[in-house]
Amino acid sequence: MRPEVALPVLLPLLSGAVSLLFWRSRPMQRFVAVAGNIALLVASLWLFVATLSEGYITMQMGSWPAPFGITLIADMLSAVMILMTGIIGLAMGIYSLATTGRGHEKFGYYPLMHLLLAGVAGAFLTGDIFNLYVWFEVMLVASFALLILGGERAQMEGAIKYVTLNLLASVIFLTAVGLLYGTVGTLNMADIALRIEVAEHDGMVEVLAVMFMVAFGIKAAAFPLFFWLPASYHTPPVAVSALFAGLLTKVGVYALFRVFTLIFDQTMGYLQDIMLWGAVLTMVTGVLGAAAQYEFRRILSFHIVSQIGYMILGLALYTPLAIAGGVFAIMHNIVVKTNLFLISGITHRLQGTYQLKKMGGLYKERPWLAVAFFISAFSLAGVPPLSGFFAKFVIVRAGIEAEAYVVTGIALAVGLMTLYSMVKIWNEVFWKALPEENHVPVSSTPSGDDGRLIKPSLWMMYLPVAVLALFSLLIGIFAEPIMFVMNTIGDQLFDSDGYIEAVLGVSASAEEALLNPDDLQVETDTIGGEETP
Amino acid sequence: MEPLMALAIGILYATAIFMMLRRSIVKLVIGLLLLSNAANLLIFTTAGMTRGAPPLIPEGMLQPVGDVADPLPQAVVLTAIVIAFGVLAFAVVLIRRAYEVVKADDLDKMKDTDT
Repeated sequence: MRPEVALPVLLPLLSGAVSLLFWRSRPMQRFVAVAGNIALLVASLWLFVATLSEGYITMQMGSWPAPFGITLIADMLSAVMILMTGIIGLAMGIYSLATTGRGHEKFGYYPLMHLLLAGVAGAFLTGDIFNLYVWFEVMLVASFALLILGGERAQMEGAIKYVTLNLLASVIFLTAVGLLYGTVGTLNMADIALRIEVAEHDGMVEVLAVMFMVAFGIKAAAFPLFFWLPASYHTPPVAVSALFAGLLTKVGVYALFRVFTLIFDQTMGYLQDIMLWGAVLTMVTGVLGAAAQYEFRRILSFHIVSQIGYMILGLALYTPLAIAGGVFAIMHNIVVKTNLFLISGITHRLQGTYQLKKMGGLYKERPWLAVAFFISAFSLAGVPPLSGFFAKFVIVRAGIEAEAYVVTGIALAVGLMTLYSMVKIWNEVFWKALPEENHVPVSSTPSGDDGRLIKPSLWMMYLPVAVLALFSLLIGIFAEPIMFVMNTIGDQLFDSDGYIEAVLGVSASAEEALLNPDDLQVETDTIGGEETP
Repeated sequence: MEPLMALAIGILYATAIFMMLRRSIVKLVIGLLLLSNAANLLIFTTAGMTRGAPPLIPEGMLQPVGDVADPLPQAVVLTAIVIAFGVLAFAVVLIRRAYEVVKADDLDKMKDTDT
């Protein structure tokens, strides 16, 4: 019984339930939003520290032994992702207090936010492939409802694209799970990893690998399946976009990392090339799409796509160092991208628009905000010594070591293009003078996204921005201890025996000896390991 | 039985994708509905169909006798049906609201977010 593995899932579910109980009490919901997310952050820190010392922590739901019940497992990758979820969750909990209009709060903004976090945490921790599907759906349903809060035309149109493509991805995922069960007869990911090596139909395994790649590729917004993202992420209330930008697509990337290092590690083959060029095209199309935009949040949305390319590139190069770099990119991007969206929310509050052409002069009015933007934006572009530099540095180094020079060169060029977009935002929003025709008095009464007046409590917006910008700096300064964690992740993912052993309780080599290609139905009592103490 | 099911599933997938490629958002949602049903049937079929042998352990024994149906895919399908039901309920409400806001049942008219 290891409560720390279950808590990051249970706590947001509990906060969501409590929040629902106080449906009519706005102050109570707001209190739960902050208190619940503080609890989540504490739980995620606990899990992180425990995983750091032990490597793997498993828990069998309902004490059913491993391949039969649902396993919750935290390895270093899960623990880092959960920690980021906790940090972003708390930042969003505080930021939402200031930006969410009363109308949105009335329609259940806070319970949905908690449910979304529960879905994200569940997806990071589960060791069961069907359970992963369920958590994906929990997360998706919550995100659907959050996306259309407010019900404006752009939101509806964005939501139709988002809902359709994500449901399509879910069905592909579900189909793949069904076929996988038909092929190997188990749903436990560690058990699948063992049995798929001795599966009879090689062709079937390759088909399955492609189906998983497409399904998670859509969810991660990889080329050429990313169109739903820039069509929808700039439409909802800003706190919602920030939460989506930080966490949702990264769950897709996480699933790609998990499935392709654990289950399909033997079948990478030519898929590796497809994934590699998919990653390159994701980077390039994302950054080119951003160059054409003049809407703050749309630029950032296209940059999410571009950054997803770096993460998948880390996976596609498929060396321990490259995987470490990919995970570093995920971690850094969660912090930085969320922060950029949060800053776009503040500038919207100050100047009443997301159109770059109509904004300006903020460097003079809000120098500290400009500093926070500067740190986040240039970190995204990979300027040393900020967090993005090290993520990019590790991936590029892994690329050169793998002798993938063209790909590495493109990755560097994309970094330059990212810098161009960020400088564009800097120039338009912070540096140039405010255009005459759009002169908004800064002291004007702020209003929520739905236009209703809310109390001017700007510190709730500035606090998360300042803290996240500080994180970005700290990740850059303390890159070495972080790189130690990332290398552990790279080693753990590259050699999945430890994971399998942690789940099944038997060493992987002994397990393999038991599996006979002719008879997959091994006696249950020999395969079901003891529950980890 | 399996070939028949395979045929039915194939037709369901094909119909679903055909419907999703139409411009009407109502047909899009019908396509999604058929697609999730097709996936459920597929799980049911690929896991192997066993006729008239419920996975019950006879009294006084520790394991079922002979070949019995696999209960796990049925549990999986049940879960997937419930999820698909919830998600489709949302999709139906969404297209109704979208129709009210956009005043058109045509995906080609939904270009606000592309500019």
